[in-house]
Amino acid sequence: MATKERSLAHEEPVTPAPEHHHATNTGLSNEKLAMWAFLGSECLLFGALISTYFLYRGRSLSGPTTDIYDIPYTSVSSFVLLMSSLTMVLALAAIQRGDYRRLRVWLLATALLGASFIAGQVYEFTSFIREGLTIKTNLFGSSFFVLTGFHGVHVTLGIVMLLSLWNLSLRGSLTQERSEVVEIAGLYWHFVDVVWIVIFTVVYLIPT
Amino acid sequence: MTTVLEPPSPEALTTAPADDTGLMRRPTEPQGVWSWITTVDHKRIGILYGVTAFIFFLAGGIEALLLRLQLAKPNGTVLGAAAYNEVFTMHGTTMVFLVVMPLSAAFFNFMMPLQIGARDVAFPRLNAFSYWAFLFGGLFLYSSFLLGGAPDGGWFGYAPNTSIVFSPGHGIDFWVFGLQILGIASTVSAVNFIVTMLNMRAPGMTLMRMPIFSWMTLISSFLILFAMPVITVALFLLAFDRNFGANFFNPAAGGDPVLWQHLFWIFGHPEVYILILPAMGMVSEVLPVFSRKPLFGYPVMVFSGIAIGFMGWGVWVHHMFSVGLGPVAVSAFSLSTMFIAVPTGVKIFNWIATTWKGSLKLSTPMLFAMGFVAMFTIGGLSGVTHAVAPHDRQQTDTYYVVAHFHYVLFGGALFGIMAGIYYWWPKIFGTMLNERLGKLNFWTWFLGFNMAFGPMHILGLQGMPRRIYTYDDSLGLNVWNMVSTVGAFIIAFSVSVFMFNIWHSHKRNRVQAPGDPWDARTLEWSISSPPPHYNFAEIPTVHALDEFWHRKYTEDDDGRPVRVAGSPGSEGDDAAHDDHGDDDHGHGIHMPSPSYFPLVAAFGLPVMGYGMVYGRSSGQSYVVVVLGALILLGGLFAWAMEPSAEPEEEGQEVIEPATDDQPALVTAGGEEPAPAPAPEESGS
Repeated sequence: MATKERSLAHEEPVTPAPEHHHATNTGLSNEKLAMWAFLGSECLLFGALISTYFLYRGRSLSGPTTDIYDIPYTSVSSFVLLMSSLTMVLALAAIQRGDYRRLRVWLLATALLGASFIAGQVYEFTSFIREGLTIKTNLFGSSFFVLTGFHGVHVTLGIVMLLSLWNLSLRGSLTQERSEVVEIAGLYWHFVDVVWIVIFTVVYLIPT
Repeated sequence: MTTVLEPPSPEALTTAPADDTGLMRRPTEPQGVWSWITTVDHKRIGILYGVTAFIFFLAGGIEALLLRLQLAKPNGTVLGAAAYNEVFTMHGTTMVFLVVMPLSAAFFNFMMPLQIGARDVAFPRLNAFSYWAFLFGGLFLYSSFLLGGAPDGGWFGYAPNTSIVFSPGHGIDFWVFGLQILGIASTVSAVNFIVTMLNMRAPGMTLMRMPIFSWMTLISSFLILFAMPVITVALFLLAFDRNFGANFFNPAAGGDPVLWQHLFWIFGHPEVYILILPAMGMVSEVLPVFSRKPLFGYPVMVFSGIAIGFMGWGVWVHHMFSVGLGPVAVSAFSLSTMFIAVPTGVKIFNWIATTWKGSLKLSTPMLFAMGFVAMFTIGGLSGVTHAVAPHDRQQTDTYYVVAHFHYVLFGGALFGIMAGIYYWWPKIFGTMLNERLGKLNFWTWFLGFNMAFGPMHILGLQGMPRRIYTYDDSLGLNVWNMVSTVGAFIIAFSVSVFMFNIWHSHKRNRVQAPGDPWDARTLEWSISSPPPHYNFAEIPTVHALDEFWHRKYTEDDDGRPVRVAGSPGSEGDDAAHDDHGDDDHGHGIHMPSPSYFPLVAAFGLPVMGYGMVYGRSSGQSYVVVVLGALILLGGLFAWAMEPSAEPEEEGQEVIEPATDDQPALVTAGGEEPAPAPAPEESGS
């Protein structure tokens, strides 16, 4: 792989290279605009899933339903996920300053917070299953596991993205003038967090 | 128009060997099979889309002929009931997802960047990925015929009929995951086109100077972007029911079959406009050119397109009037369905006004475009009759509905696409299609279409139900069914005339197309036919709507168009197509390098699909899903890591410049900045 010129640029004070997205009609770079468009599409994906959950609230014929929730526990893991948005912002600020060491610290912190959330979700799922709620049990089980599961997959993909960025930075190819890559990954990450706020509210907090 | 009879010089694009070596070397073949497999050129991808979709069109057409043969006479024996269900399901699914959408995508790909003055789309490799995902999705779906039976639940796949209790075979699984793959392909290309159009228009091309076909491309891309995730969710819910025993559509557990209908039609109705808006755009390009008048009311055309795009989200319940949603819902959606006829009607009147007092030239593209306006109007009017809920309830699930949507999708979308094919064929392939054969193609197409689908209105009103594989002799349905079948075979004859025309025009009586054979109005006609691989030697600066026309013509005192002296085409317009012979213009234009990885990544999708299909019957097969996911992820990572040919552009996702100039210009570290003929466009 052609990394020779990457290593040259590594960790040197870099004067911002001429930005490539000046000439676009909107002023946004193609990548950022594409991410916004993709997130627009994702809104409809989660919109349809959340609508399905809403439609089936209180319509289960048997088995455990929302009384199975452990609200304090999920609140803590929600707090962990929301804090990861803060560390994401700090990562972006670090690369915009050219502070690559802090960039990696915050990227890793964000990924770890995300992973803690996922670990919490895995624990929650297994404890529900132990209490007799599976995807097959009733409408609540089906719609709960599919909705929160889809969100979990999104968080997991975000973690893969963050770790890839961390790895790129280690290899010295994530430089200050490419800070927009971090910003775009951040857009996705914040979107997934915002979706969780909605899910947490409608799934856990609003009483049936 | 001038005709040059000697064969064109092959588009020999010398490509410098890339100086990167090793596993990740970018492919460099300029010609041959590998150059097509690794291509990221929007024009080649457009041709791939078109050819692939045409082959699926033949498959869907054969299915249609089988259906018509079965129904030609009462108590037909061509197909059994089960085979009939498979064939009509695959016919509908094919024509919607594998024919009309990708044929439109072929023109989005080829024409939209040319119309807006760009050198490629925003993400060329993503574009290649979309194509491969579409191809694999289509092959995956069709492989079901060999693997134990095709899907048989209708293109709408109503649950719980498609749930495991009623459809235990694998056919529905192929349908579910095939559509998921196709949905990924469409969503990705929608993002790509939206970004291209919003970001990469030539200097001076404001949105309101954008050619109308590009506008319709933009609107349908937004519709795809927002409609696809809804069917993705519906299909996932069904897959969870089938594969993992969830209860979404299981009435025994309280699941609601109407949920499927809502989700499907919230996708399905915008999908109708996804199918028709591009054809409307093509017709709106053809009518002005062959009337020698500007498009009547361009801004109104744009805004009625946008209005259709918005209102298309508020009419889906008219597919569900017979479900029993209550008088309020039915009245509301009756009204909204009537309202959406308004912007559509505005378009029809604008098309008519465009031809009004024009100097009409009835070439084949124009015939198809006028056929579109007439047939689509009939389809639109029968659509308005469906807005009247009592009438709709009477016609639900009869052939009247079949007649209606064929007048919209065949009489509309396919007529428009044929107009586009005849109109742009010279630009795409540099060859004129034969006019006499073209006219024969049109008139047989027109006759066959009306014979095949016109009688279905009557059959429907007589009460003949859809999706029934045979009917009794005593029902009085014999005559019109036979007429319809004869019409279907006339359409088949027309399609073979079209194929013969292609062969004849290319092999027998080849007429080299000039750059601007129709004296057209938009930028794609300002360059040679076929366009050079870099599209524009110099990115044009746009001053007006119909920019190319205004470069060619000015007005005299009476408002009549007068040729601008020295304008393109004023003295033998072959100037346009000798500019890649001497390659002077191509220097220093950075074009994206070909890549293997879009293909590799897209290949992961059908692998995952097969894993999911067979995972349902044997759990071990889910390992194959993991394998497919690894192929997909590996392909994406290799894609992100593959070197671009120029160090200073490292990591630019947008367009990876290649050294596709003459080797003399390439030095070890990259390229001499040759006297660039054009300001580098964004992202290149």
